[in-house]
Amino acid sequence: MLSCHQATRLASEAQERPLTFREKVSFKIHVMMCSGCRNFESSMSTLRKSMQEFASGNYESPDSDFPDNKDRDN
Amino acid sequence: MTGSISQAKDKQFDGASQLNDTDYLETLRQQMLKFANLQISDTHLAEDAVQEALIGAMKKADSFGGRSAFKTWVFAILKNKIADVLRKRQRLAEVSELMGSDEDDEALTSLFDKNGHWNAEDRPNRWGDPEDSFKQQQFWVVFETCLNNLPGNQAKVFMMREYIGLDTDEICKEADLSISNLHVILHRARLKLQKCLEIKWYDGGNHA
Repeated sequence: MLSCHQATRLASEAQERPLTFREKVSFKIHVMMCSGCRNFESSMSTLRKSMQEFASGNYESPDSDFPDNKDRDN
Repeated sequence: MTGSISQAKDKQFDGASQLNDTDYLETLRQQMLKFANLQISDTHLAEDAVQEALIGAMKKADSFGGRSAFKTWVFAILKNKIADVLRKRQRLAEVSELMGSDEDDEALTSLFDKNGHWNAEDRPNRWGDPEDSFKQQQFWVVFETCLNNLPGNQAKVFMMREYIGLDTDEICKEADLSISNLHVILHRARLKLQKCLEIKWYDGGNHA
């Protein structure tokens, strides 16, 4: 049985490589029962879409000052 | 890997025009210098780091239609260059400060309990339709913040994957990483970004 940590790892790796049959099955079973990981998986595709949109420049944030690397409150 | 980028939007401009806009590049370079000088007290070394970062970033400028994304990319490269300089001078505490430390990654594993399952309060929620968010200016401000908050190597590597669209072998070669290191870094970056976006934007269905 996968842990959520393992499941999120697979959800992430699936972005880079096809999962093996075994991995796919374990993952599917886990997300059937775990809404957190189901939501994580779907947020992965949102994240990828967002990166593509951001890179394409269809929407721009206002030109803020250089990134403040001390802002780590999350 | 670049996906379906609509050509019809008015604000689109391509990477090539960023290379040609010397005013823009000079402004960017000044911002970079300001940042680098804060980290490296030696102005010559700071200038070198900025120069190298710009040259490195410009090689991939074609991947960027947008200035915000390009700037985020440039600064990710710059931070890594600065960290290299600091390491050479044994300023390891400053490297930690700039790039984040192992504590950041411990914070990620604290998302899960001892059995590796989500802690109740950290369990991801359902996000709304991203297209609705994309139309909102404020979303992109938040998104950029979350990207900028990625520690250390994660920002650069994640952007190589998601902006430039390099495949894993290419990234491993350029960033001198093993494939398993790469997967770990990308996993951490995604956990962190998911968390950041959820807290700052999507949480509780407050936003689409």
